[in-house]
Amino acid sequence: MNFRSQLVAKPYFVAALALFLGQILFGLIAGFQYVDGTFLFPAIPFSVSRMVHTNLLIVWLLMAFMGAAYFIVPEEAQTELYSPRLALATFWVFLVAGALTILAYLLVPYSDLAAATGNAMLPTMGRGYLEQPLPTKVGIVLVALSLLFNISMTLFKGRRTSLNVILVGALWGLALLFLPAFYFPEDTVKASYGWWWVVHGWVEGDWELILSALLGFILIKMTGVDREIVEKWMYVIIAMTLISGIIGIGHHYYYIGAPEYWIWLGSVFSAIEPIPFIMLIVFSIRMLLKRRRENPNQAAMLWALGTPIVAFLGAGLWGAMITLAPVQYYAHGSNFTAAHGHLAFFGAYAMVSLAIISYAMPLLRGRVANGIAAQRWEMSGFWIMVISMLAIALALSGAGIVTAFSQRMGDHPLSFMDTQAQEQVFFWLRELAGVGFLAGLLAYLVSFFVPGEAGYDAAVKRALS
Amino acid sequence: MQQVFTKAMARNIFLGGAVFFLAIYVALSVDTWRQIPVRDHASELSAAVRHGKYLVDSNNCIGCHTVNGEGAYYAPELGNVYTRRGPDFIKQWIKIQPTGVPGRRQMPHFDFSDAELNDLVAYLQWLSHIDTNHWPPNAEG
Repeated sequence: MNFRSQLVAKPYFVAALALFLGQILFGLIAGFQYVDGTFLFPAIPFSVSRMVHTNLLIVWLLMAFMGAAYFIVPEEAQTELYSPRLALATFWVFLVAGALTILAYLLVPYSDLAAATGNAMLPTMGRGYLEQPLPTKVGIVLVALSLLFNISMTLFKGRRTSLNVILVGALWGLALLFLPAFYFPEDTVKASYGWWWVVHGWVEGDWELILSALLGFILIKMTGVDREIVEKWMYVIIAMTLISGIIGIGHHYYYIGAPEYWIWLGSVFSAIEPIPFIMLIVFSIRMLLKRRRENPNQAAMLWALGTPIVAFLGAGLWGAMITLAPVQYYAHGSNFTAAHGHLAFFGAYAMVSLAIISYAMPLLRGRVANGIAAQRWEMSGFWIMVISMLAIALALSGAGIVTAFSQRMGDHPLSFMDTQAQEQVFFWLRELAGVGFLAGLLAYLVSFFVPGEAGYDAAVKRALS
Repeated sequence: MQQVFTKAMARNIFLGGAVFFLAIYVALSVDTWRQIPVRDHASELSAAVRHGKYLVDSNNCIGCHTVNGEGAYYAPELGNVYTRRGPDFIKQWIKIQPTGVPGRRQMPHFDFSDAELNDLVAYLQWLSHIDTNHWPPNAEG
């Protein structure tokens, strides 16, 4: 860490991890409601536990991305952040607004919340991931504007590296792509067509640019490889992301009422969507092999290498399995999609957030790297979380496959609820894997409380004593 | 390699590719926008259907159900529920929730008036007529 103002990233990272823990707890509640439908009903119906689970995901990832931006942009620009005080004020606004929204979900029936927040005037509520009441959505825009103003001013007054331009540009993209959340036409097909501008635009477009930028930054810092090489790789990767992903949005349009040509357009282009993820893996491995120095933060190296691999499995492989129209005909709207969603969100965006936190937090706490003991906790957490999430994806895939065969094929298809009863074993396995994931997350969090530091200074001290 | 393929070239592929495919997407979307009202019979979007949709959205029905495969996978598909169950069953079913059967997934009680239930059903009926390229594969959704 070279600039004092980078310290403002710390509260963002801490809050991100706290919200992550909350997300997992509500995921466990929602998962348990799959095996026991009366659990916590009517206090927390499934629709609420799921909404809290997915909304906490969005909020903690945004927290982590913002923290990463406040950490990286000054470092790349070689200048202090334009306004650390604005960044800190924005943090509290975002945290309080987020917490109030979650509390409202838990305490107020959704329709009452809609009535109390002017949803009738400008309907925006009742769409997946975008369930937030109007004031929260406006708040998200204001927080984004504050971030963009701050980091853009920092970029302008300092060094303009390609990496920084990509990161700041992608954060502008993130904010712009949120705006369709305010457009909710009464025509359901148009509404769903436009909903994907936000959701696909984020996770299969713009966020991949953020992912590449964060990973590129970590690799430059940790390996000492020439930034020209890293940045060239990044441009090629994000070029492939958009070349495949823009028309690749068509894989969401097969069966929602959009015209038939999306069936082959979406199939062809989304079939090449795994390519940028394969390139990310090659990129990370090559940079690590070319490294010019050994970094004492082995845990961060593990995250940086693990991220593209699990992202490829979740987004690339699991996505590819259901992306072709004839397969999706049977898998659409089943837990196979949920399997893909879990592994992709975790592998790509949760893991890259944990990677940048792993790299930056020791520096923010005034050390090059954590001590060996802390890193062991962190790396155990890595493996337990990755393996648990793979198990969750496999279990949900099993459930989705049963749906395809029992409910959607044959002359005597089972009803939805009868099919779900057949899938019970997979829902138990998912819940068990979810408990495993929580254990991994706790091990990861313990690492922050294990004292000691590693690094050049510690090595020198040891050598001299 | 390094001299043949420079960073500036990579950047240009990125910018060029993004602009090119975005332009294609916008053109396709304009065409899609023209076709959607025909495919989903937008002319039948009556006041009742619109209000029914508002009720579905403002009660977060897709927090458990799917509509044309989008939403949560905890409860049955609503896009074709009108075909599967018919109007009377749907109204009755909503009225008697929650079932309270131990261990069975529970649907909250929504205090809809008869007029609201009619609008809800009007919306579900409208949904069932959308041309979704023959999805779902059968009535079970």
